[in-house]
Formats: sequence, C-alpha cells, structure tokens
Amino acid sequence: MRAPEPASAEPIIVMEHVEKWYGTFKALYDINLAVLKGERIVLCGPSGSGKSTLIRCINHLETYEKGEIRVDGVLLGNRTVAIDAVRREVGMVFQQFNLFPHMTILQNCTLAPMRSLGLKKAAAEDRARRLLDRVKVLEQAEKYPAQLSGGQQQRVAIARALCMQPKVMLFDEPTSALDPEMVKEVLDTMIGLAEDGMTMICVTHEMGFARQVADRVIFMAGGAIVEEAPPQEFFTAPSHERTKKFLGEILP
Amino acid sequence: MGQAEFHFLLVGLKWTVILSAAGFAFGGVAGLFVALARTSGFPALERTMAAYIAFFQGTPLLMQLFVVYYGLALIGIRLEAWVSVSIGLTLHASAYLGEIWRGSIEAVPSGQREAAEALSLRYVARMKDVILPQALRISLPATIGFLVQLIKGTSLAAIVGFTELTRAGNIISNQIFEPLTVFGVVGVLYFVICCPLSIIGAQMEKKFAASGR
Repeated sequence: MRAPEPASAEPIIVMEHVEKWYGTFKALYDINLAVLKGERIVLCGPSGSGKSTLIRCINHLETYEKGEIRVDGVLLGNRTVAIDAVRREVGMVFQQFNLFPHMTILQNCTLAPMRSLGLKKAAAEDRARRLLDRVKVLEQAEKYPAQLSGGQQQRVAIARALCMQPKVMLFDEPTSALDPEMVKEVLDTMIGLAEDGMTMICVTHEMGFARQVADRVIFMAGGAIVEEAPPQEFFTAPSHERTKKFLGEILP
Repeated sequence: MGQAEFHFLLVGLKWTVILSAAGFAFGGVAGLFVALARTSGFPALERTMAAYIAFFQGTPLLMQLFVVYYGLALIGIRLEAWVSVSIGLTLHASAYLGEIWRGSIEAVPSGQREAAEALSLRYVARMKDVILPQALRISLPATIGFLVQLIKGTSLAAIVGFTELTRAGNIISNQIFEPLTVFGVVGVLYFVICCPLSIIGAQMEKKFAASGR
C-alpha cells in the first residue's frame, strides 16, 4: 500500500538537541530527529510523553530552551520573519479541529492564502474548492463549521491547511476527538495525502494507520525518543521494555 | 406641561444622545486599544493599562467629569462644556469597554489563536479576522449593558452646567412645579432610548448564535 516514490535523502526537518522545560518540569529531553522529504512519520507514546509538544515546536506554537530546529533550511529562532517563513511551509491539523466558527467553510480555507500568501480572492476560492473537493466536503462550502459533523470538520481543517500548499503536514491526534464512525473518513483522507507524497508527522494512536503508511514509527516516553523503527519491525520486534509495555496496552 | 416645555426636554434629549454617541464611539476606539494593550503580552504595557482601568473604574464618573472640566481649565485649556464632557465620557468608556473586551478576547478558545498562527497569519490579520469577531460576540451583552449605563451616566454632565435631558427636566420642573409629570416624561424618554438597545442586543446575540458555533 506504500506510495511508489521513496522518500528522498534530503531532510526537510532537522531537530538537534532540542530541550524544553515548563518551569522546572522538563518536557523534552535531547530530541534529535531528521525528517526526509516525502517521509511519513508516526509519533506515539503514552499521554504526557511530549509527542504533541515536539510537533508544536516545529511550527513554533511552543518555544524551546535548547537546541536547533531547521525547516526546509530555515533556522527557527525567535525572529518573526523565520517563524512566519516556517509556518507558511508547515500545515497543522489539531485534535479539536479549530475551524473559525464565524466563517463559512470556504472563508476558513481562503483567509490565510489571501492574507499570508497574497492570493486574490478568486484564486484563493478556486484553490479552496479544489481542495475541499479532494477531501469530499465541497458541497458544504457555504455552510458554517457548526453545521458539519466532526469528521467533516476535520477534513475541512485538512483542506484549510493544504490551501497554503505546505511542504510538511503536522497532525496532532487528528482522530482523537471524533466519534468512532468518523475516524475512518479522516484516516482515509490522510492516507490519500500520504500516497501523494506529502511529508507528514502524525501524532496518533491509530496503529493500523501507522502500519499502513508510516515509513518510521517513533515511540516517546517521558519527553524523550525511546525507540524508532519501520512499522514492521516496531510492531513485531520492539527492543525496549517501555515500547513493549505500551504496545501491550494499546494493541488488541 | 405645554409644548414649549416638551420641546425643551427634546433638546435636552438630543444632547444626551450626542454625548452618549460621542462617548461610546470615541471610547470604543480607545477601548479597543486598551483591550489590545491589556492582551499584548508586554508586561509593562499590560500593567500600565491595568492601572488606567483601575483608576477609571475605581473613581466616580461624576468626579471624572469634574476633573476634566475644571482640571483642563486650570492648566489653561478652556473647552466648551460638551467637548469637556465628551472627553470625560470617552476616557470613562475606554476603561470600561477595554476591560470588557479584554475579558472577551481572553475568552476566545486558545485553539483559535493557535490555528491562526499555524496558518502563518500575522498579528493584525489574526486579531481582525479571527479573534476580535469572536470576542465581539462574547462581549455583546456586556457591551450593550455598558452603553445603556453610559446613556444614563450622561445625566452627570449637569454638574458642569451642561443642559442634557436630566438637567432640562430639572429646569422645567422648577418653572412649572409639576415634578412628577416632568420627571415621568424624562424617565419615559430615557426608556425609549435604552430599551430598544437592549432588544437589538438580544436579537444580535440570537443571530450570532444561529450562524456561529
């Protein structure tokens, strides 16, 4: 089920010795991670293990105290210019969708391309309709988020992020807030995206998704990366005790 | 009470409306900046604005109008009464509206700001397009409530000798010795202005609720 084209050897995200504290609590320990163009990574681990914090550092929704993060060659520091440049290349999908409730679905999708990329309204709407069609919610374009189901809202959120034509997509537990019957429609959308070669980092507990699309599965615990391996190896022959314990708890 | 007296009251009403509108409009613009400063994330600016708000919330409007009128005259700035009162009401409204809107901005779920940031929207677009429209909805009941308070608060302009509705009523009452009738009419006139505002506010809330979340 893998996409035909392999991940290229060029890293698009590089994290080196990244550390983060919340006051005296250390949230991230010496994170080193290189993500190649086109690579699909699944991040998993118990709650509070730092997975969300890690991906939120990549687009600077969280600050970090130590280390370096580079996205597509841009060093992410505290300069607004660099942060903006990185955010234009990195799309994010949240657990709670975070659609703008006072705007229609179409307006949700055209706002950032018009404001941040300077697209004209017509061009932005063209692009939005194309992507809404791709995630199969085009017929809802004129509605407001509250009128859509959770699964539809999350697919809109994916389309909204794609409207910026990002090079990387971050998913922060995209199916955790959904009713069970809606999980599949969102996962299918993500699988489609993966098959088109999008670079993706997904924080998720959907191990079926990890098996199907991930190039690498990364297991985190206590703010550190404990283990990383291709899914086949990760699920059949985990090397660390904590990984085994975790898999024993979440796999049927 | 004859037609001439009633007409005199209506002139007073006109000034009440003008003062309220000026105070609310200018106070609204200034209040927006107060609210943005209070949520700016710059500690010095936030503390300064907190002190500004505390001062205007902690002292009577009557005293504020008094200080602006006589205080400015004392340092050589002679203003017409209505200008001076408008300045006083503007300062007063900016503090109250600033505080109301600060609370509303902070009540918008943090995920909204995060989503806007993740889409690389800069501060102005983030506020104008995402946060403030939602904050406005949240603030609507309190904002309308304050506007109604402000309209009734303009009666304090009488302290500097300004003839708005309440003072007009006082003058008429002293002339024709029918205080109950005169102030009854004055009360009705206030009610006719304030009550529709409350109703419009409630309707706007309902409309937003239907289209919103």
